[in-house]
Amino acid sequence: MELKSNVPEGPVEKKWEKHRFDLKLVNPANKRKYTILVVGTGLAGASAAASFGELGYNVKAFCFQDSPRRAHSIAAQGGINAAKNYCNDGDSVHRLFYDTVKGGDYRAREANVHRLAEISVSIIDQCVAQGVPFAREYGGLLANRSFGGTQVSRTFYARGQTGQQLLLGAYQAMERQIGTGMVKVFPRTEMLDLVLVNGAARGIVTRNLVTGKIETHTGDAVVLATGGYANVFYLSTNAKGCNVMAIWRAYRRGALMANPCYTQIHPTCIPVSGEYQSKLTLMSESLRNDGRIWVPMKKDDARPASQIPESERDYYLERRYPSFGNLVPRDVASRAAKAACDEGRGVGPGKLGVYLDFADAIRRLGEKTIADKYGNLFEMYERITDENPYKVPMRIFPASHYAMGGLWVDYNLMSNIPGLYVLGEANFSDHGANRLGASALMQGLADGYFIVPYTIGDYLAKSKLEKVGADHPEAKKVEAEANERLKKLLAIKGKRTPDSFHKDLGKLMWDNCGMARNAKGLETNLQRIPELREEFWKNVTVLGAGEEFNQSLEKAGRVADFLEFGELLCLDAHHRRESCGGHFREESQTPEGEALRDDQNFCYVAAWGFKGDGQKPELNREPLTFESVHLTQRSYK
Amino acid sequence: MRITLHIWRQKGPHDAGRLVTYEVPDASPEMSFLEMLDVLNERLTAKGEEPVAFDHDCREGICGTCGVVINGIPHGPRAATTTCQLHMRSFRDGDHLTCEPWRARAFPVIRDLAVDRSAFDRIVEAGGFIGVNTGSAPDGNSIPIPKKTADLSMDAAACIGCGACVAACPNASAMLFVAAKISHLGLLPQGQPERFDRAAKMVARMDGEGFGNCTNTRECEAACPKEIGVEFIARMNRDFLRAGVADRPEKATAGGA
Repeated sequence: MELKSNVPEGPVEKKWEKHRFDLKLVNPANKRKYTILVVGTGLAGASAAASFGELGYNVKAFCFQDSPRRAHSIAAQGGINAAKNYCNDGDSVHRLFYDTVKGGDYRAREANVHRLAEISVSIIDQCVAQGVPFAREYGGLLANRSFGGTQVSRTFYARGQTGQQLLLGAYQAMERQIGTGMVKVFPRTEMLDLVLVNGAARGIVTRNLVTGKIETHTGDAVVLATGGYANVFYLSTNAKGCNVMAIWRAYRRGALMANPCYTQIHPTCIPVSGEYQSKLTLMSESLRNDGRIWVPMKKDDARPASQIPESERDYYLERRYPSFGNLVPRDVASRAAKAACDEGRGVGPGKLGVYLDFADAIRRLGEKTIADKYGNLFEMYERITDENPYKVPMRIFPASHYAMGGLWVDYNLMSNIPGLYVLGEANFSDHGANRLGASALMQGLADGYFIVPYTIGDYLAKSKLEKVGADHPEAKKVEAEANERLKKLLAIKGKRTPDSFHKDLGKLMWDNCGMARNAKGLETNLQRIPELREEFWKNVTVLGAGEEFNQSLEKAGRVADFLEFGELLCLDAHHRRESCGGHFREESQTPEGEALRDDQNFCYVAAWGFKGDGQKPELNREPLTFESVHLTQRSYK
Repeated sequence: MRITLHIWRQKGPHDAGRLVTYEVPDASPEMSFLEMLDVLNERLTAKGEEPVAFDHDCREGICGTCGVVINGIPHGPRAATTTCQLHMRSFRDGDHLTCEPWRARAFPVIRDLAVDRSAFDRIVEAGGFIGVNTGSAPDGNSIPIPKKTADLSMDAAACIGCGACVAACPNASAMLFVAAKISHLGLLPQGQPERFDRAAKMVARMDGEGFGNCTNTRECEAACPKEIGVEFIARMNRDFLRAGVADRPEKATAGGA
């Protein structure tokens, strides 16, 4: 299949401007004739739903949470990037563009990233106008801080709760549209499948999680803003409900899944404490601005941190990467932590941890300044570990955090299925093989507020869409299939819980497809995952009924999809015999152990197409061309 | 550690509920409270008993989904802590814990410990926003805001909408929740044009949803996992009063603060 990225002609900095002019418009009076279905109400979904409503489209928005305000964007801590250059430190749209392409290890689509950098400035303005209480300087202007992978301060933040505040802004904007009647929200409603009519996305099948009622909603376009799949690792920083179902069902209906092996392992999370562990907690990367990361020089050093003298500590990031130090990008920091632990120099129980030490910063700036900057993070750490980070260094370890891969989209954020748009973390487009800190919020809001409201109009204006109702035969067919699947899950009545399968899958993924991958381990997974999936469909137990509030059934459906998706992730990882960003293939590294990219053979987007159960997916390639940024081996030394 | 749980089990909104006793003989102090419930649920499922339904999502204290009344206290004994962030080290070996859902007429029980808090969304829908459309904003730095003002606004904006304030209040009042939103937006220059109208509309909707009134018991403040203070309620009352006296909008006569 030929993948048409639909990137406009012209110099990179003029493409979006030109494209916006070329996009067809829908007359205001005609907008109300269209209905757009938005799945997911995080930053991308809520901002899109609000903006569609303001423009005059009818919108139905869906989320599995009990309120749209609880989507997982809410947990983002550190901040949002924008090329405002308020700090006068040499920032520009071009520099944000360059940093993001480089940070993504040259595996993102250049034109999309440039557009993201251009839009970044408008996002901040929009959010301020909505009342997002960003941090301020004493003079009353907006404050900035720096983040990993960059040498300028361009990150805007609201304490350690930036995602929460941005999401509340978008949620409130959407609630306002509910009040005007343009948007209708369906909380506690999960998308089970996608309905295509004449090849175009025209509806979704949903389950009301309270009553268990299965329904079909139809419209003129479907927007998926359903987040990432980091929970394929079982333990991750994602919320427990985060899942791959919406994009996986779309994949099975023909949408291409791009670069699923690009997953981000975040360097600063609280280490695992026991078998019962249900999730991992992130400590914002902004902590690396003032915290110094170290491990003991000696192996198996059992002394407490306070008794290890300065001369016997290895500040390994500062040593290995003197120009970026503790602020190297996430993939580099995570791998370095793994390397230190692999050498037997890890700290804490299980020796899977490194120190993040604030002693120097507290001496330099005082405890109060540190508390102002990071107080809520320190409290969160203490609540979980019962250790006081003002007195003893934090212990951190990498954890699965974000998915750079996702459904393939063109420049208009439309997948290869006409009328199916994919926004935010659910698509693949902007972060390449590694996302820089404070860029996820930027992308979610760029897609929702400033890109899809334009591009969807072009599609609607150009398409002749017949009226499709929930009684359309295609809709009925998909609905029946979704029903069947739930019945099947309930009928197995085996011996093992959905969670136990999810844990087994997570362990396979983490061990063989985590921070480092090799062909052998991936082959193990490609054999073990189908076996596990087979066992699941024979031996899972789901109690209760379908027509009621049934959390086990919800969980089982999500695990079933992870058991299919995990295999594709490993297949993608196996085929990509290069190291890039979050994807570190052990067979491809420099003599110093740094990631070695292979532009000769792998400078493309791998977009997989579903060919049927038990069939090998089809690999489609979108070559990546770089006109403005030169391909170089990344160096943060 | 050995924990005895007395958990509220209720099949559906219209069924009668009752407390059922379960034992977790091997809880670890490092576990979170919800992880202890996970362990219980895995065991119940293995025995063929339906697991306890409870709401949860982020498990890091920010999404506001979780909430269990533990021994009479919403979110349990530890101050400034959501249920998901509460660890078993806050309890002692041999403790008996009574676990109940949020109890308020405006929050009907869905099942076991899960309740319907959509009333909060409807209050926000009534006016908990600044009415600006996408694309019409001036430069972010065009309005300087004193750091103190921005900080105070952020203190109010930190509300996670969990509803513990309602569960803690003997009147099941939602005033702390509503006051936090009114204050967050009303403190900022951007929020001034709709300030009094907003207060009037949100209060009217709050009353319409069946929440009770404030009688200054301050249980809400004590239960709030984000330590939002009752002084915001005073601020809401001032804005509401002014809305009624000087800036009377349509239909803002219901209820009172």
